[in-house]
Amino acid sequence: MDGMPRWADVILVPLISLIIAFAISALVILAIGEDPVAAVKLMVAGSLGSTYGWGYTLYYATNFIFTGLAVAVAFHARMFNIGGEGQATLGGLGVALVCLALPWPHWALALPAAMLGGALFGAAWALIPAWLQAKRGSHIVITTIMFNFIGAAVLNYFLVNVLRPPGQMDPATARFPEGSNLPTLHDLLAPIGIEFSRAAPVNVTFLIALLACFLVWLLIWRTRLGYEIRAFGHSEPAAKYAGISPTKIIVVAMLISGALAGLMAINNVMGESERLVLNSVEGAGFIGIAVALMGRSHPFGVLLAAILFGFLYQGGAELALWTSIPRELIVVIQALVILFTGALDNMVRMPVERLFLALRRSSKSRQAAE
Amino acid sequence: MDFLTLVQVLDSTVRLATPLLLACLAGLFSERAGIFDIGLEGKMLAAAFFSGAVAFVTGSVWIGLLAGIASSMILSGLHGLASITFRGNQLISGVAINFLAAGMTVLIAQSWFSQGGRTPSLIGNARFEGIELPFAIGPTDAQAAGRPLSELISEAGPVMQFYSELISGHSVLVYIALLAVPATWWILFRTRFGLRLRAVGENPAAVDTAGISVVGLRFAAVGICGVLCGIAGAYLATALQAGFVKDMTAGRGYIALAALIFAKWRPWYALSACLLFGLLQALALRSDVVEGIIGFPIPVQLLDSLPYILTVVILAGFVGKAIPPRAGGEPYVKER
Repeated sequence: MDGMPRWADVILVPLISLIIAFAISALVILAIGEDPVAAVKLMVAGSLGSTYGWGYTLYYATNFIFTGLAVAVAFHARMFNIGGEGQATLGGLGVALVCLALPWPHWALALPAAMLGGALFGAAWALIPAWLQAKRGSHIVITTIMFNFIGAAVLNYFLVNVLRPPGQMDPATARFPEGSNLPTLHDLLAPIGIEFSRAAPVNVTFLIALLACFLVWLLIWRTRLGYEIRAFGHSEPAAKYAGISPTKIIVVAMLISGALAGLMAINNVMGESERLVLNSVEGAGFIGIAVALMGRSHPFGVLLAAILFGFLYQGGAELALWTSIPRELIVVIQALVILFTGALDNMVRMPVERLFLALRRSSKSRQAAE
Repeated sequence: MDFLTLVQVLDSTVRLATPLLLACLAGLFSERAGIFDIGLEGKMLAAAFFSGAVAFVTGSVWIGLLAGIASSMILSGLHGLASITFRGNQLISGVAINFLAAGMTVLIAQSWFSQGGRTPSLIGNARFEGIELPFAIGPTDAQAAGRPLSELISEAGPVMQFYSELISGHSVLVYIALLAVPATWWILFRTRFGLRLRAVGENPAAVDTAGISVVGLRFAAVGICGVLCGIAGAYLATALQAGFVKDMTAGRGYIALAALIFAKWRPWYALSACLLFGLLQALALRSDVVEGIIGFPIPVQLLDSLPYILTVVILAGFVGKAIPPRAGGEPYVKER
């Protein structure tokens, strides 16, 4: 039964959930004795008011596009990949190994190789949970959580014992060679005469993220594999009956998911820090969950949600800088978005559905009366 | 390794296993009733903060404990609302609760105490002190003799060392946690409530047919889960350490979840799983001991991640199969 029109399902319900989440966030700001209106103004000015702010907003958004797409692809196969964090961590290791392996002459050569490295390592880290889910029925949520922790330990080991240059105290790799440094948006826009902040970290990866959105859309809605993934996600028995192999779909979907999460590393590791440090992912893997939920697992929705979270992230940093509101406010907002657009979805959906039913019934009865 | 070192390692095993055990039993109640709970971490964290904060303000650790339990119960209620009332995704709700606790605790801590997301240190009655069992060598003996406690214990005989260091000297919450194991077993396997609770996790429709409220039972289970997580969190902030620090649960909720799978959702096995994982944590703190036993150094990162690796191995079914309650994770929809 279709309780409501499609636009209400795709736009209205998430929008209401989002408004509730933000309203509660405003109450939280009030409760800790700050002014929400001033806070929002500061956030907007700090993240959208200058090309510097935009540069950071889009830099964060790039991270979240990758992790959001990763979660979204798994969602389409009805799997909840909480392991984006670990997959992006391992992706960072892959990118770092590639960047440090050769004295790269030019970024255009280094970038594809690093992308391959990041995607391979990310996919590899998703492979074991996927295989265990497909073959042994181990719950993917639990295994991917465990792999987040194992991944953090693996990275810690590599940074402390293997990749740290001799004589250096902090657990990090050496700086990547000059030739592997990615051009920032400033470098890309300067030749065509557009001024963009030199200091902001947004780089060519943002364009790759946009391309990734398009490719994921193509994959999910325009290919046979995407059709199989969606069919499997809707009904496993039906998919099986149609000759779709569950093992193949689970493993392939998780490999794509892990590769996307791993690709995030070309932004934060290769593009920004230009070396690999501990905890370089900084929770972006988890924000991917909120982004995918908010974007309804559609690449375009993921893109919009990622930019929104990029704005929140950069705005939150500005808040922490200029007011006494800690950065953790963003974690709260993120939690509320996950809660209302994900777990409490029915709380909004049911009344909206009832409203549309009531509207339809009253218009029908009016027609009958005429 | 001498005997005293062994006793010391076991002693910290018990200390570190206690929060795991409480959280693990919390998860056991919830998951046995068919509600997956990956929000154990968040509930512990919230309870740790509120117990620490209220204990500091009131100066009474017991009021702090109650506040911790209350905060954990509120999050439990939220989880119940999302996953039972509105039939939402239990895993997503758990993730949301973890982030909510991670963010809110720091936000409120900063707003109340302005110490960078921590509470001030707890002293005196604002903290659970170790209980000295009769005849054990404890701080009072040390004070009377005017010498450090560790010296007195190292001079005592092995039985006395064992008794004073390992059995005596823990906070009351440690003993409560250990008692919670038989209590959980008794409730689940020897009472009518327990039978119904287990049934609702296996086949809610059957329970519903018998005229018993599925929703009520599940909320009860989620509530018990909140109480136990609350005690676990309060233990972290008021007994194991003196005050709340940001993210102090440090993944313990997930280790508890791992222990729950390791224990295959059974109380006594939960005790052994939590002791095992507690031992691993204790050994990670004493890597010199590990090296002494096996003769070569083990990377501390490996020790840290062993609980997670073991859980994956268990989940893979290579060491016996872990079968979760059958209706776990599925919201119950009454047929109309």
